Amino acid sequence: MSAVEVEGVWKFYGDFPALRDVRLEAGAGSCLALIGRNGAGKTTLLRIMAGFSRPGRGQVRIFGSPPRETSTRRRMGFIGHGIAVYDELSALENLTLFGRLYGLPDPRRSALEWLERTGLARVRDGLVREFSRGMRQRLAVARAFLHDPGVLLLDEPFTALDDRAIAVLQRLLAEALAAGKTIVMSTHQLREALELASHVALLNRGQVAFHGPRTPEMAADPGLVYARYGEGG
Amino acid sequence: MSTRDKIIYALALAAMVLLTRNIYLIARLPGELQQGAIFKIIFFHVPVAATAMFASVFSLAASVLFLITKNFKYDALAVASTEVGLAFLAANLVTGSIWARVIWGVWWAWDVRLTSALVCWLLYAGYLILRQAIEEPTQRATFAAIFSIFAFIDVPIVYLSIRLFRTQHPGPVFFTSQGSFPHDWSMILMWNMFAMMMLAAVLTLVRLREEDAQREIDSLRRMAHAF
Amino acid sequence: MNFARLVFIVAAKDLRAELRTKEAVNAALAFALVILLLFSFAFDPSAETTRDIAGGLLWIVFAFAGVLVLNRSFARELANDCLDALIAAPVPAAALFLGKVLANYFLVLAVELVSLPVFGVFYNVPWTSRFWQLMLVVALGTWGLAVIGTVFSALTVNIRLREVMLPLLIYPIMIPALMGAMQLTSDLVVGKPIGPENVAWLKMLAGFDVIYTAVSLLLVETVLVG
Repeated sequence: MSAVEVEGVWKFYGDFPALRDVRLEAGAGSCLALIGRNGAGKTTLLRIMAGFSRPGRGQVRIFGSPPRETSTRRRMGFIGHGIAVYDELSALENLTLFGRLYGLPDPRRSALEWLERTGLARVRDGLVREFSRGMRQRLAVARAFLHDPGVLLLDEPFTALDDRAIAVLQRLLAEALAAGKTIVMSTHQLREALELASHVALLNRGQVAFHGPRTPEMAADPGLVYARYGEGG
Repeated sequence: MSTRDKIIYALALAAMVLLTRNIYLIARLPGELQQGAIFKIIFFHVPVAATAMFASVFSLAASVLFLITKNFKYDALAVASTEVGLAFLAANLVTGSIWARVIWGVWWAWDVRLTSALVCWLLYAGYLILRQAIEEPTQRATFAAIFSIFAFIDVPIVYLSIRLFRTQHPGPVFFTSQGSFPHDWSMILMWNMFAMMMLAAVLTLVRLREEDAQREIDSLRRMAHAF
Repeated sequence: MNFARLVFIVAAKDLRAELRTKEAVNAALAFALVILLLFSFAFDPSAETTRDIAGGLLWIVFAFAGVLVLNRSFARELANDCLDALIAAPVPAAALFLGKVLANYFLVLAVELVSLPVFGVFYNVPWTSRFWQLMLVVALGTWGLAVIGTVFSALTVNIRLREVMLPLLIYPIMIPALMGAMQLTSDLVVGKPIGPENVAWLKMLAGFDVIYTAVSLLLVETVLVG
C-alpha cells in the first residue's frame, strides 16, 4: 500500500473533463513532482487528493483511506495558493489555533517550535497582516508542517517565494523526506522541485503523459520531460 | 425531428385543443350569483396554483436526486420546473390580483393564500438569481439544490405563520363560496387543471432541451479556452 | 477530539478575529442606528400607532444590521484561502458550522442589545417592562437569523454580488421567524406579556429554529465540500 494512490480519477466541470483517468501513486519517503502547463489540471488534481473536492469518477487513497476521513486529515498537510492563515491573528495565535484543531497534545509548544524552525520566533506576536510577503509564506509553511503530517500536498509552493523562504522550505522538505514522509508537489519551478523529487509526473490536458522516476538527466535539463512527452513547455 | 421533439409537439397540440375547449365551456357558463362573470377566473386561478405546487415538488425531488446522484439531468429538471413554476405562480398572483380589483376594488389584499404565493414566488426567484450568480456548473447545481431544499421546507411554515397572522388580524378572504360548486363546474375545473399541467409539461420539456444545448455549449467553450 | 471543544475553538477564533478589528460590528451598529433614525422620519415616534408597530420596526433593524455581520462570516475565510485550511483540518463540518453560528450569534446579539436601549429612548417605549420574556424572543429570533445567515453565507461565499445575494436569499426564508418575533416583540415592548394568543408564535419560532438547525447540520458537509 502506497502512501498516496490515485486510481482512475476523472473530474468534470459540467460536461468538460478537466482530469481524465489519472492514475498515480507515491510511496512513503518519495517526492513526486507534478509538472505541466497552466490549465493541465495540476491544481485540480491536488485539491482532489487533499479532499477539497470529489472526483467525478475514481478515487484517491491516502494511507489506504479516503482523504476526507478525519483520521486521514490528521496526517495530511496542504499548502495552496493562499497562505491560509488569519490576517487578524498573530503568528503564534494562528499556529496555536491550528494546533488545537489538529488535536496536538501541546499546541502552544508545537507552535513555538515551528515558529523557531521557520525563523519567525521574533515576530510571533505580530499580526499576520503586518507581515512581509516572505514572512507570510514561511508562516504558511509552518502551518502545513505543524502537526507532523505523513503526506504533504503542495500546490506550486515555490512560486513567488523570496530566497529566504525558498531556503527554509527546501530544508524542511528535505528533512521530511529523510524522515520518511511523502510529498506530492505541483510546480513551475522545475529546478528547485527536480532537486528534491524522486519521481516525476507530467500532466497534459488532464491526462498523465509521463510518470516515472526522476533521472539525473531530468535534474540537469528541467525542460527535458516537456520536450519528450509534452506539447511545448 | 427527434422523438423528444415529436412528443413536445404532440403534447402542445393536445394542450391547446383542451384549453380551447375549456375556455369555450367556461365562457358559456352563467355568471355566479354574488360575484358575476369575474368568478370564472377561479377556473384558471386554482389550476395554475396547483400546477405551480406540483412544479415545486418536482423541483425538490430533482434537487435531492441531483445531490444524491450528481447527475446533471436532474439539475436541468430542477431549473426547468422551477422556472415553469415561477411563471405559473406569477399567473396565480396576477389572476388573484385581477379578481381582487374587480371584487374589492384593490389590486392587492393581504389574504393568506396570495401572500404565501408571493413569498413562494420570491423564493423561486431567489433560486434562479442564485443560479445566475454562480459560474461553475457543479457548484451552481449543488448550491441551487441546497437552496431549493431550504426553500421547500419554508413553504408550509410560511403558510402556517401567515394563517396564524391572519387569524389575529383578519383581512379579506377570497373564494369563500366553494361550498356551492355544482358538479359539472368541478369537472371543468378538473379539466382545466389537466390542461394547465400539460402546458407546464410542454414548457418544462422545451426548457430542458434548451438546458441540454446550453450545457453542451458551455463544455465546448471550456474546451476551446483550455487548450 | 471532543466535538463541543472543536465548536468552541472555531467560535473563539471567529470572535477573536472580529473583535480585534470590530469592522463588522461597528458597521452593523452604525447601520442599526441610522435605520432607527430613518424610521423616525417615516413613522412619527410619538404617535400611538407607532407604538403598535414598534416591535416590527425593531426586527427590521435587527435583520438588516445582522446581515452585515453574517456577510463577513465566511467572507473572512476567503481572504487567504483560510477556508481550505479549515476544511482540511480534522474538524467535522458540523462542528465548523456550529462554531461559526455561535460566533455570529453572539456578535449579532451584541449589536441588538446595544440597539435596544437606543430604540427604547427614540421611540419612548417601556422595553424593559417584560425584560426576560423579551430576551427570550430576541434569543430565539437571533438564533434563527444566525443559522440561516451562516448557511447562506457559506452558499454565497465566492459568488458574484455576494453582498446583495445574501439578504435576497435570507429574508424570504426568514419570513416566518421574523413574523413571529415581530408579533411577540410588539407586545412585549409596550408591556404586554406573552399570553395564550401569542404563545403560538413562540412555539413557531422555536420550531423554526429546531428545523433549520437540523437541516443545516445535515447539509453543511455538502455545502463545504460538494
